[in-house]
Amino acid sequence: MEKRVVFRSAWLPYALVAPQIAITLVFFFWPAVQAVWYSFQLQDAFGLKTQFVGLLNFAHLFRDGNYLASFKTTAVFSVAVAGAGISISLLLATMADRVLRGAMAYKTLLIWPYAVAPAIAGVLWAFLFAPSIGIVTYVLKGWGVDWNWILKGDQAMLLVVIASVWKEISYNFLFFLAGLQSIPKPLIEAAAIDGAGPARRFWTIVFPLLSPTTFFLLVVNIVYAFFDTFGVIDATTQGGPGQATNILVYKVYHDGIKAADFGGSSAQSVILMFIVIALTVVQFRYIEKKVEY
Amino acid sequence: MAAVSLRDVRKSYTPELQVIHGVSMEIKDGEFIVILGPSGCGKSTLLRMVAGLETITSGEIAIGDRVVNNLEPKDRDIAMVFQNYALYPHMSVYDNMAYGLRIRGLSKDEISVRVKKAADILELDKYLARRPRELSGGQRQRVAMGRAIVREPQVFLFDEPLSNLDAKLRVQMRAELQALHRRLGTTSLFVTHDQVEAMTLAQRMIVINAGRAEQIGAPLEIYARPATVFVASFIGSPPMNLIPRDSKLLGIRPEHLEPCAASAAMLTIDVDLIEPLGADILVYGHIGDRDSVRVAARLPANALVQAGKLALRYDLANVHWFDPQSGRRIEA
Repeated sequence: MEKRVVFRSAWLPYALVAPQIAITLVFFFWPAVQAVWYSFQLQDAFGLKTQFVGLLNFAHLFRDGNYLASFKTTAVFSVAVAGAGISISLLLATMADRVLRGAMAYKTLLIWPYAVAPAIAGVLWAFLFAPSIGIVTYVLKGWGVDWNWILKGDQAMLLVVIASVWKEISYNFLFFLAGLQSIPKPLIEAAAIDGAGPARRFWTIVFPLLSPTTFFLLVVNIVYAFFDTFGVIDATTQGGPGQATNILVYKVYHDGIKAADFGGSSAQSVILMFIVIALTVVQFRYIEKKVEY
Repeated sequence: MAAVSLRDVRKSYTPELQVIHGVSMEIKDGEFIVILGPSGCGKSTLLRMVAGLETITSGEIAIGDRVVNNLEPKDRDIAMVFQNYALYPHMSVYDNMAYGLRIRGLSKDEISVRVKKAADILELDKYLARRPRELSGGQRQRVAMGRAIVREPQVFLFDEPLSNLDAKLRVQMRAELQALHRRLGTTSLFVTHDQVEAMTLAQRMIVINAGRAEQIGAPLEIYARPATVFVASFIGSPPMNLIPRDSKLLGIRPEHLEPCAASAAMLTIDVDLIEPLGADILVYGHIGDRDSVRVAARLPANALVQAGKLALRYDLANVHWFDPQSGRRIEA
């Protein structure tokens, strides 16, 4: 049964949603339209002259090796962040679900990292892994690992992935824990009587029943890796060394603000916008249809 | 198939909180046993201890000649039907039934034969491809039973399996359960709080109150000779009338009271509620003042009853006596 509120007045419903619409218009649609507009234009280096160039900016982008490389970097980064973030948090949630004593403390501690700002998380991990003074670097040196993310691209990528995953685990953890707790106990007991051991119960009963949660988190985590990790990267590698951690969203900022290529940067953000729209469509379609039992 | 023995089985969660206070019972091979009691009396806990879902604090449970105290549920060779059926929602009816067989490593053909056979018995053949959510309550119930049957276990455990069905379906499933038991002859333990289920299904039943076995016996034997005040007042609807007499409790079933002339009255009540049920009439009233003992009588449908004084008599052969202190039956 759907519950509906019926308004007698014609304008009251519109007045009530107006603030939300105004905010969306001013802070989302306006900048989005502007980005689309700028993406068709070319500016000189001093911002004195602007010229309409049609799709030239986009054409440039897809011929630009750096941009295509950034796509690849972003793909590696987001798959790593979403994959590691989901696996680790599922593991933690499964363990937390079994804890009876001190469960509250355990859960609270796991949720804390979510309250830390991305930039601070970045700085924290950058310090831990700092090539000269980092405690982790010191330990790694003891094991004979030559750790220097400022010079080595792979290590820089690993660092931003770790920092991003660390921050995202809390969020995933909460959803997985709620998902686990909503699985009826008798289902697990029935499987135990049917002869399934703990691992088998997890993969044949628990994991399939968590699939809606997992799918939702997968989309959310990819969106997170695409956009919200900006702070982590800006506070640590700033896209470097070279282009090693220059993911799409950071490149938008770098090309627009630092390199003053307004048109090119706008074209990039338009492409990103389409990626998000596509992800959102996928999420809505699948969450409503497929992942249901 | 196997016999089941409970030997002074106890369960406590903390030293202060004991929920099962030493239950002993020998269940014969192939017997249908009902564990009956009010909610929270520990009957489900007892069943779950047999299943291996709860640990046994002390005492012994044996299935066949094996003591199973320290065995995992999967090693006890039992199958259980849960109150909410606990069907795997992401699997088809077929897969729900096949799940346990696959784990036991049966061949595809063997699994198919067994599932088809169970589906045939339970009239589920048309629904094998469906998911549980596409089934009605009664069909889900059947799938849950099917899942237990295909395993061909030594013991069936039922945890209030009929309580989520509507009244009509419950009567029907009760009959099917009886037929199933006649056909398979598997030792069964059936937990319920519904005395009608207990009376109709049980070969023998065990009445539990607050973690103690009040009485073990055949349903009619328990009805005819309740061992305690609790059993007397729990079984029978309306329950047995319990009237204080000479520092003892006199028990008389409502159907053993009959109207009589005022001069022959053994009991006179002030009628305050009359429930004509068609087949008979239930009459409720109290002896003496309003707060005193209430009495119910089941009278023939043609009895003329009205509010006010009603004289009743009974046959002394139908009277039960109980000790009000211990609550135990006093043998005449």
